[in-house]
Amino acid sequence: MIRVVLPSHLRTLARIDGEVVLDVPGEVTQCSVLDALEVRYPVLRGTIRDQDGCQRRRAFIRFFACEQDLSHEPPDAPLPEPVATGAEPYLIVGAMAGG
Amino acid sequence: MTGVRVLAGTSKGAFVLTSDERRREWEVSGPFFGGWEVYHLKGSPADPDRLYASQSSGWSGQVIQRSDDGGRTWAPAGNKFSYDGTPGTHQWYDGTPHPWEFARVWHLEPSLDDPDTVYAGAEDAALFRSADGGDTWQELPGLREHRSAPGWQPGAGGMCLHTILLDASAPGRMFAAISAAGAFRSEDAGATWRPVNRGLQSEGIPDPDAEVGHCVHRIAMHPDRPDVLFMQKHWDVMRSDDGGDSWHEISGDLPTDFGFPIDVHAHEPDTVYVVPITSDAEHYPPEGKLRVYRSRTGGNEWEPLTKGLPQQNCYHNVLRDAMAVDSLDSCGVYFGTTGGQVYGSADAGDTWAPIVSDLPRVLSVEAQTLP
Repeated sequence: MIRVVLPSHLRTLARIDGEVVLDVPGEVTQCSVLDALEVRYPVLRGTIRDQDGCQRRRAFIRFFACEQDLSHEPPDAPLPEPVATGAEPYLIVGAMAGG
Repeated sequence: MTGVRVLAGTSKGAFVLTSDERRREWEVSGPFFGGWEVYHLKGSPADPDRLYASQSSGWSGQVIQRSDDGGRTWAPAGNKFSYDGTPGTHQWYDGTPHPWEFARVWHLEPSLDDPDTVYAGAEDAALFRSADGGDTWQELPGLREHRSAPGWQPGAGGMCLHTILLDASAPGRMFAAISAAGAFRSEDAGATWRPVNRGLQSEGIPDPDAEVGHCVHRIAMHPDRPDVLFMQKHWDVMRSDDGGDSWHEISGDLPTDFGFPIDVHAHEPDTVYVVPITSDAEHYPPEGKLRVYRSRTGGNEWEPLTKGLPQQNCYHNVLRDAMAVDSLDSCGVYFGTTGGQVYGSADAGDTWAPIVSDLPRVLSVEAQTLP
């Protein structure tokens, strides 16, 4: 079980309360987690990463876990073990913006 | 019950303002999609309860919302806007080639006769169409692939396709306007396009009467007289009597001919409304007086409409998509400001009153006349 925490504006959009718990088949990576998340909540397609081609992370979205910024890790890199075991959540964060 | 529904898109959500035919008391609902920018929302002429909204944010991009109950409830539709084929480049602000990149939908134009068909004007400039209620979108690439497109440059707000006009008298005839490329016309439902900018003069481009490159802010048409078009350009208020083939200036006695919105009275095709703004560097009304100007002669002769509007210390702007008219017997006129006011007039502009005063920055206003 993978735990995912979304920013509030995406929880509202997808009508989600609290954390999302996902079954992620195979290796747990940014890409496989987002694939599973978008299958469960199709409305999130395009709001975290592009829908075309290389599925780039949107510029003002960040991925945190285990007190690390994983935003710049390759999408197919394995996520930390505590995320894969469900001990720690995978945080999808709207970057601080504004002034 | 006959009534009016005014749809306001703002920088922090959408609002639905509803009144009976007297238009004195208004019910305000919203914000819908709170915290997100809503560049535009509009109802289907064929089914007034079918609404579409363009919701976007810098964090999470584009979402399209659809309502089937007049805006009481909404559901997300499709948000995949992919340019057809491999998009080329347009010019960037510094004159270098820049790849076409989708940013957002500025304007949604529902079909005149099919509630499930809707057009979307995008930044970077392109026209999309959905025939399934917004669930899937296909680009009509003929406009973006026009031979002049590699030379188009963005205006200050981005290279946006902000105006889509559908001609009810000629199926397949439509107009689009792009900042800062200009106006275009299609006779074949958007498959092919030609620029229709002859007569425009723009001092801000190297060739002032170039075929393209003009910063058209808005075009309006009366449905009963589709060959007559009115345009608010960056500077200059213009008119065409031949479907855009040629334009002539009708700024006349306006205090300034800079501005953004322009609209036409629902029953009087020669009655036109604009909101003069001081200049391209000063996006607020001259002298701090918020004045709508009305011409009853199709241009050139304009009268200020001030009753009920602030006549001192007003420094808001009125954006290009933020003016609309209803079609009740006494034509209603509505506009929203960057200061968060939506003003309405139930007597064609003679008198005004705020419907709401403290919304977020108003990006768009549409009016629906309800049966």
